[in-house]
Amino acid sequence: MSDCRKNIRREPVTTCPPAPTESQPLLSVKGLRKYFPVKGGLLKRQIAAIQAVDDVSFEVRRGEVLGIVGESGCGKSTTARLLMRLIEPDAGQVIFDGKEVGMRDGMTVTDLRRHAQMVFQDSYSSLNPRLPVEDTIAFGPVVHGTARSKAKERARYLLNEVGLDPSRFGRRYPHELSGGQRQRINIARALALQPQMVFLDEAVSALDKSVEAQVLNLLLDLREEFNLTYVFISHDLNVVQYISDRVLVMYLGKVVEVGPIGDVYKEPAHPYTHALLSSRPSMDPEDRKKESPLSGDPPTPINPPSGCRFRTRCAFAEDVCARAVPALTPIRADGSWLAACHMIIPGSGHSRAAAINEATTGGTNG
Amino acid sequence: MAETMGLVQDVSATPSRVPPIVQVDDLHVRFVSKDATVYAVNGVSFTLDPGEVLCILGESGSGKSVTLRALMRLLPRKRAVINGRVIVDGHDILSLSTSALSRVRGEIVSMIFQEPMTALDPVYSIGEQITETVRRHEKIGRAAAEARALELLELVQIPSAKRRLKAFPHELSGGLRQRAMIAIALSCRPRVLLADEPTTALDATVQIQILLLLRQLQKELGMSVIFVTHDLGVAGEIADRITVMYGGRFVEEGPTTAVMRDPLHPYTRGLLASTVHGQMHRERLRTIEGSPPNMEMLPAACSFAPRCRYAVDRCLEGVPDLHRPFPNRSARCIRLEEIGSMT
Repeated sequence: MSDCRKNIRREPVTTCPPAPTESQPLLSVKGLRKYFPVKGGLLKRQIAAIQAVDDVSFEVRRGEVLGIVGESGCGKSTTARLLMRLIEPDAGQVIFDGKEVGMRDGMTVTDLRRHAQMVFQDSYSSLNPRLPVEDTIAFGPVVHGTARSKAKERARYLLNEVGLDPSRFGRRYPHELSGGQRQRINIARALALQPQMVFLDEAVSALDKSVEAQVLNLLLDLREEFNLTYVFISHDLNVVQYISDRVLVMYLGKVVEVGPIGDVYKEPAHPYTHALLSSRPSMDPEDRKKESPLSGDPPTPINPPSGCRFRTRCAFAEDVCARAVPALTPIRADGSWLAACHMIIPGSGHSRAAAINEATTGGTNG
Repeated sequence: MAETMGLVQDVSATPSRVPPIVQVDDLHVRFVSKDATVYAVNGVSFTLDPGEVLCILGESGSGKSVTLRALMRLLPRKRAVINGRVIVDGHDILSLSTSALSRVRGEIVSMIFQEPMTALDPVYSIGEQITETVRRHEKIGRAAAEARALELLELVQIPSAKRRLKAFPHELSGGLRQRAMIAIALSCRPRVLLADEPTTALDATVQIQILLLLRQLQKELGMSVIFVTHDLGVAGEIADRITVMYGGRFVEEGPTTAVMRDPLHPYTRGLLASTVHGQMHRERLRTIEGSPPNMEMLPAACSFAPRCRYAVDRCLEGVPDLHRPFPNRSARCIRLEEIGSMT
């Protein structure tokens, strides 16, 4: 019941919920940070840091699908791994179901991994090649103290749930299955511990389109059936639009925009979101792109640009963008839609920003 | 009935005013090893006009990359058995001597790949790799070749090209590496460019830049391009004409807009219906059940029949011929007319 206390940290990003009721987010992340050292020189001393995830805060509501998009090196996968504690964060607070992960009066990492599971992109390397797939699915529950026979039973039930006949597929090894079938096994394994939340890290990206569609249908069915909450990480903007309720856009380790999927895709507030969305190739030849929205590649997260990290590729960059880091600012008064751009921060000093006294709730037309 | 649909065998029907620059007749490729024989390409015929961009669309294992590589004979000599006829700009590729082939590669036809990091040589600078290619094919001095290298880097819009000549592949970003690879491929002014998923490994904002660059270069240099991809969006951005591959055969072919808006073959229909594209949100996706065929034992029948919702017994009686219900359109399905009236 003491989780409101933990919300008293910086900025208007989150409003403290009145009581831990239904509206309490299932997952709340505050100020998450991870820098990887870059070592070099004769003595292998640290010469730089990859700022993979820098001050990332967001919430995932119970039952929703949160999409995370961004290009390579933006930190989307690192974020998922940090939340699962596959990597230890440098700083930040992770609150799962009202309990802070890793704190004495909170939740242990073991408990967290029972309630949250992950599915990876490479369906083959994430399975044990020497274990029949039903044993792989039963492995987690056995580790967490379920009787072996019970765990087997659940494994066979789950195989059926993901559309694979347990008597035909249960005793097979990963190499005897196709990519789509293996990804179904990975999903079944993730569900073996009856988690509340599943992180899907590029889970359908390696699949052919016809198989991808099967797995997307399956994910939506399972979500209904088991009341799951998904964090869906992908570089495929169309798939994210398809599956998500809300979307979080990352650039070089920072959150640049987060909001309801329909709003963000329709009227992106951040210039990067706008560029990313308009980079999508069109299936209709009459709708071909005339010019590319951005030039150049995303810079590396080693020594990222000062201030706004997107400024080096942004058409609207001004002096203020190099001086100050833009905070996530509400586009909408209820705080459901936020973006980190000086153009929408009233009185930021950007020529397109509203002056401070006329600051209202208004949106922007970047 | 099939007869009424104008059952015509491939190439003869193409109304060609200009002679095609690429002509492929009944191409077969199989990979033979001790354990198994994989029938990767099973009777592919097509032509490519000068200045045309053709997209071969297909899922993994459909034979699209193997078809592309056969056009340059870039397949393992011992294991790959190639049959059929491949004519590129008058050269009979499959019967060329090794030395004649290496002249054709680069000067007439060249290729760019998905992964520039593995296609480029890591121990030579970009500039050296281009000059080497140029001097291998043309009798020009080092200085002239270097000048050409600089010109090429500018052509592919690499910023501060002069400095980048000295850069090694690992010093470049993914997008720049892909541009450098395009520069090398274009260094001897080929008439045909083969592109094997060149944008698949790139980020969204970089992919569109490379697609636009390729489109622009194709127009400026008047090249013909064959572009292999699994991505319908990429095909939509670049192709004049699309051909869809399944089980080592072309199952459908037609102008891009027509194929995208009004697919004929049940596989193409299924592929379009199961692809998530813009503006979709949680509508149930219509999937293609089952999985692609085993290329080690393809039946002498329609290879899509086991997954096809319209399949009837007749579909298993033999490999369907290409039917041409409209000018410029073809599909390898015996039930085109019936399916067309069903939907």
